[in-house]
Parts: sequence; C-alpha cells; structure tokens
Amino acid sequence: MAAPRKGSQGRAGLIFGDLWEFDPAPETADPKLKARYDLFINGEFVRPRSGKTFDSINPANEQKLAEIALAGAADVDRAYQAATKAFKGWSALPGRERGKYIFRIARLLQDRAREFAVAETMDGGKPIKESRDFDVPMAAAHFFYHAGWADKLAYVAPGRGVAPLGVVGQVIPWNFPLLMLAWKLAPALAMGNCVVLKPAETTSVTALKLAEILQDAGLPPGVVNLVTGAGETGAAVMGHPAAAKVAFTGSTEVGKRIMRQLAGTDRRMTMELGGKAANIVFDDAPIDQAVEGIVNGIFFNQGHVCCAGSRLLVHEPVAERVIAKLKNRIRVLRVGDPLDKNTDLGAINSREQLSRITRLVASGVREGAVKYQPPCMLPKKGFYFPPTLFTHVTQSHRIAREEIFGPVLSILTFRTVDEAIEKANNTPYGLSAGVWTDKGSRILRMSTELKAGVVWANTFNRFDPSSPFGGYKESGFGREGGRQGLLDYARLA
Amino acid sequence: MKKTDARLPITKTPKVYVGGAFIRSESARTYKVMAADGTFFANMPQCTRKDLRNAVEAAAKAGPGWARRTPYNRAQILYRLAEMIDARSGEIVDSLVTFGARRADAGKGMSVAVDRLIYYAGWADKYEQLIGSVNPVASAHFNFTVTEPMGVVGVIAPDTPPLLGLLSMVAPVIACGNTVVALASEKVPYPSILLGEMLATSDLPGGVVNILTGFRRELIPTFASHTHLRAVYAAAAGDDRKALRLGAADSVKRVRFVDADTAWFEDSAQGLEAIRDFVELKTTWHPIGS
Repeated sequence: MAAPRKGSQGRAGLIFGDLWEFDPAPETADPKLKARYDLFINGEFVRPRSGKTFDSINPANEQKLAEIALAGAADVDRAYQAATKAFKGWSALPGRERGKYIFRIARLLQDRAREFAVAETMDGGKPIKESRDFDVPMAAAHFFYHAGWADKLAYVAPGRGVAPLGVVGQVIPWNFPLLMLAWKLAPALAMGNCVVLKPAETTSVTALKLAEILQDAGLPPGVVNLVTGAGETGAAVMGHPAAAKVAFTGSTEVGKRIMRQLAGTDRRMTMELGGKAANIVFDDAPIDQAVEGIVNGIFFNQGHVCCAGSRLLVHEPVAERVIAKLKNRIRVLRVGDPLDKNTDLGAINSREQLSRITRLVASGVREGAVKYQPPCMLPKKGFYFPPTLFTHVTQSHRIAREEIFGPVLSILTFRTVDEAIEKANNTPYGLSAGVWTDKGSRILRMSTELKAGVVWANTFNRFDPSSPFGGYKESGFGREGGRQGLLDYARLA
Repeated sequence: MKKTDARLPITKTPKVYVGGAFIRSESARTYKVMAADGTFFANMPQCTRKDLRNAVEAAAKAGPGWARRTPYNRAQILYRLAEMIDARSGEIVDSLVTFGARRADAGKGMSVAVDRLIYYAGWADKYEQLIGSVNPVASAHFNFTVTEPMGVVGVIAPDTPPLLGLLSMVAPVIACGNTVVALASEKVPYPSILLGEMLATSDLPGGVVNILTGFRRELIPTFASHTHLRAVYAAAAGDDRKALRLGAADSVKRVRFVDADTAWFEDSAQGLEAIRDFVELKTTWHPIGS
C-alpha cells in the first residue's frame, strides 16, 4: 500500500486523494525530437543567416530540449520571398486540390498524435492529458474542417466572390503552440494564402515538427514558412512590407504595439488578445457542475488561457457554499510532472511568466484580498505555481483587472442580475464569459448583455473549428473558426 | 492429359450489401448480366419488394445512431470512405470498362466520384451554418432554425454513369445524417457491388447505405409507396416519375429528381441544394429575460 498523502492529517473532512498517493503514471511515447531545429523556409530546413540560435527548455525540469534557430531580419525577408513566389501557384490551384493538401496535413497529424502530444507537453509544460485529449486532436480538427472549405469558397460570402489576400504574416503565443498554429494556418491555406509564421520563442518545437508533416504531405515549397525567434523576429514578421495581412495572437500590450507599428500602412489585421473573463454563478445553478466549470475555467492549462474564467462572480446566496466546495475541490488537484497522466496542473511555461504570476499574487495580498492555496508539494526543479483562490476581492484590485495568465482565481460576489452584468463588463477586455444558471431565459439575457466574443452557458472552455472565436474591445478583433473566421483571410472579389 | 499453365479464374458471386452484410435476394432470383463483348459475366440478385422492405428496416435501424454522430465524425467517416475507394478505384474502373465504358472516361469518372465524396464529407460540418439561421423576430425571443435529417431516403441511380451517378446521389443524403436504400443501375449493376465491398471496409456503420440490384419496374412502385421512406432521390423519367409522385402523395414524401441533362462529370452536378432537399427545418422559440 502506498504511503498516506502528506499534509492530509488533522484536516476536517476526508476527501478523495487523502488516503493514498498516486503511483507515477508517466506517458512514455517517444516525442522524436531533434537536437537542433532550423528555420523552415521554401519547403526546407535552413540554417539562419543570423548565425544565431537559442535554447528551448522543458519548463518542468529546466533541462534543455533543443536548440532553435534565431531568425533575423534577413531570414524573415527570405521567408517572405519564398511565400511571395509560392503564392501564384498555390492560389491558382483549384480549391479541391488545395483542400487535399490540408486533409493530408490533418491525417498525418492524427497519425502522429501521441508523439506530438508528448513533444507539446515537454516543450510547454502543459499536462499530457490536455495535450493528448485537447491540443493535438483539436489542431487536427481545425485542419480537417478548413480543408473541407477549400472547394466551397463560393459559399463563404454569398452574392460575392472571395479571393485570397496574398502572403499573411502570423505570430502566435506559447499557451497552445500547435493549436494556435492550426487556427492560423488552416483558414489561411484553405483560402489560398501563403504564410510566414513565427511561433513563440519558448514553444517552437511542435511547429517545427509540423514542418516535417508539411514536407510529408508534399505541400508546395514556400506555401508555409516558419521563422523562430523572440520579439524582434516577431516585429520583423509583422512589419514586413510584403505582408498583405498580419494575424496576431498574444497579449493586448503587444497587440497595441503592432497596431502602432502598422499605422500608416493599409495592412489588414486580426488581433486575438488578452482577456479577464467573468464566470458568473447564479443561485439556481447546478452547484457541483458549476464548481467543475470554475475549476476547468481557471486551471485548464495552468490558467495560461486568454479566455480563462479568471474572475468568478458568484451570487451572494450561494457564495459561501460555492467557495467552500471550490476549496475542497482544488485540494485534490494534482500539480506536478506534466508528463504524468494524472497531473491536473503542469508547469508554468517560463521563469518569466512564473515571476509575473508571483508578482500579481503578491499585489493581491498587499491590496487586501484573502489568498487560499491548498497544501501541495511542488517539484523542486522547474516552474510551478499552486492553484490559488482570492476572496474578498474588489473591482479595483489589480488581480481583478489585470490578466494574470496563471492558476489564480479572483472571487467577487453580486446580488442582482444587473449588478452581475455591470461587474462582468467592467473591464477593458471582452473575450469570453461564463454563465451558470438553470434558467434558459436568463442565459439568453446574459449572453445579450455581456460584452464578450464568446459566452459559455453551463459549460466553459469549449472550442470547435466551426465556432467563431474572438474578442470585443481590447481583446482584439477578427474571428477564428467558422465561416466568419475564413472571411478574415479573404478579400471580396 | 495435356498440361497447361492457364489457371481458371475464380468468378465472384455478386451479393448485395444490406444492413452491413452481403446477401442474396430473399427470392433467390437472379438475372444474367453480360459483359460488353457479349460474354456471360455473372448472375445478379434480382431483388424484390420484400428485399426493399428489409433494406428499409436495416436503414431505419441504423438511422438514429448515424444521425446522432457529430458532424465532424460523419465528415471523417465519409473522408475515410473516399480513401478506401480511391485506393481501389482501379477495380471499379476495370469493371466499368468490362461493361463498355472507355477507360479514360471510367478513370475520370472515378476521380470525380472520389473528389465528390470528399466534397460532401466537407459539407457535413458546414451546411448547418448555411441552411440554418438565427431569426431576428420582433419580440424578446431567441429564435433559431436548425436542420434535422429526414430519416430513410430511397435513391434510384441512373444507368449512365452507373457508379458516379450512384455516389453523387448517396453522398449528400448521408452527409446530413440520413440513411439510404439505393437501387443500382439495372444495366450496369456490378460496380455498385464493388462499392458495397468498399463501404463494408470503411468506417461507415452497417445499414447506413444499403444497395440493391434488380429491375426498376419491379421496385419503383415500392419506392413510391413505402411510407417509411421519407424521401426519394431518383434518376427517373416519364411514367416512372409519375409513379413516384403518385406514391409520394400518399405519405407526403419528398421527391427530388435528377435532371436528365445532369453533367455528372462537372462541378454543377454537386452543391448544397442536394443536402438542403434532404433535411427538415426546425424552428425553436425561447424567451430572453432575467
């Protein structure tokens, strides 16, 4: 019999997980990593002209995973040249033929799903159960869905024809590296555009592994080019004059910087930026279900989710009950080795992000909110943060206003429907919101009043290639997914 | 005794694909099919009204499960079917040539057939956004219209092109969650026997597509009158059309006819309309309030 779980003695109320420790259950599939990854330009892996490289580390243990090429301005330019050259042929292909390439990508990714899931987890720190059950299958689904659009573009804008824009520059974040790449590539390619894409510097590996799939799929050279690097490379991708459009997913701060950078050009843009979503629980909600939804809303992917339900607004009559259940629930969340199949919260993506979370949590305590963290043992090496709740939060607290992008939930209360709406909308962001109630008419009223691009009712963090995703206000503009998302990569002919 | 190297080929017994199994007609009747060069090819099952009724039962049984699949899942299953057919399309091309098609035409036809299947696979998770709607009613109601599959649909395939025609008609009907009882071309039925074998090795659940062979004049009256068939999609002309319309009137069955001048090889032979004609529309009203 395994040893009793540490720290469980003397607490009232025995809960599941207190009696025995779990045995380790590591996922052992081979991620098939290379020691060094070059840039992917014109269908080939090429050394960077900059001559520089940087290390990608595993945030779970701080060990070096691979060496990644650092693209300089000359490399980005080379990628744009390749894309510009490829555009003529790619956009002239009949849609059904373009679609076949994208179907191939979807199928080849499905074939290698487990390998990609392990690589994603090692590179970014997310729990293997999430990369295995969510990130990778959802990425394949996005390719599959958009492949099917390629021969139906006449239906995208009824009454008008659509045409591709040209070369699209795309920069994606580190929280869902492969999935964000799929969100960006699939609609751009289906519409007939060519792409220069930069993954985030801490999570380049799965993008470059996907380049192997692009080769296996026989995708014509230059249609997709991947340049790796940090902010400077990103600015070069966003600012390149050959880009007909730029698409960015990341922080609101960087999004604003790009908008300023491109002011004065006629570049098209879509921006998918930060969020500070309200997750609103009414007194008639199914409480146990809501608690699960709250946990999923804020602790999914360690809270590294732009649409995370990071502000819990709970109806006063049930506040005490919800908070008690929530505390109980997070006591059994398992924080630790992301490759362990039982892990609920993996590693924080980077040291930098960990210190940002730590700073904001300290500000919460300083400003008078009450912090709760369950007892949990964090691994000594690597970047980890325990699941954290704040009660007694007011709307002026930094933890209620700023995007923490970590496993930190700020809890506020409300008395009336109007107050809930007022508080939920009291933010410069507007990406998503959650509503928990048994009353259908109230769900629809809330969804009508909430200024957010996605409203989840009695569920949270649901995504589908057919469902448009994107924000209001400072959470950005443009949509990804569905017919609407496709239209953002087209011009009307 | 003279020794010879020539090995006598095994001739295959054609069986129809119903309910996920390969069966003969319950009547044990067959009809002789000759190759284009006039030689005997095989005995085809000459399916009866009873076979048709049994097939409808199999399709009805498979219906709810198929309709409940997610659109994404249906899309993947149809795509998988295209993979299975494309890999073995040489076999179908050979059989079309055996029955008189020019090899180039048969090859082109199979390419179009596979691409068309992929086209409708892609529709499975997209048509709802184009056919359904949210309706801006002048009151505090959330009012939306969604589609629902009709149920079991009868398909009567053309004689030319026998296989491309059959696939072009079946694909949109199953993409939106219906199940099918199809009657293959009477003149060139064998390629659809091969299609049945490919369906059986795809991920399509048994009973979703059932393919019969036999005589149109024997089976059309039952296609027309069977009340469990909610729609009929037919390549038919003249008296057959009238018979189908008359039978359809008894149970207010939906009927879609293939135009006589359908250009099967062209993109104009495919489209969202083929799906729209085999879904029902359902509108739901729900109040918006606190």
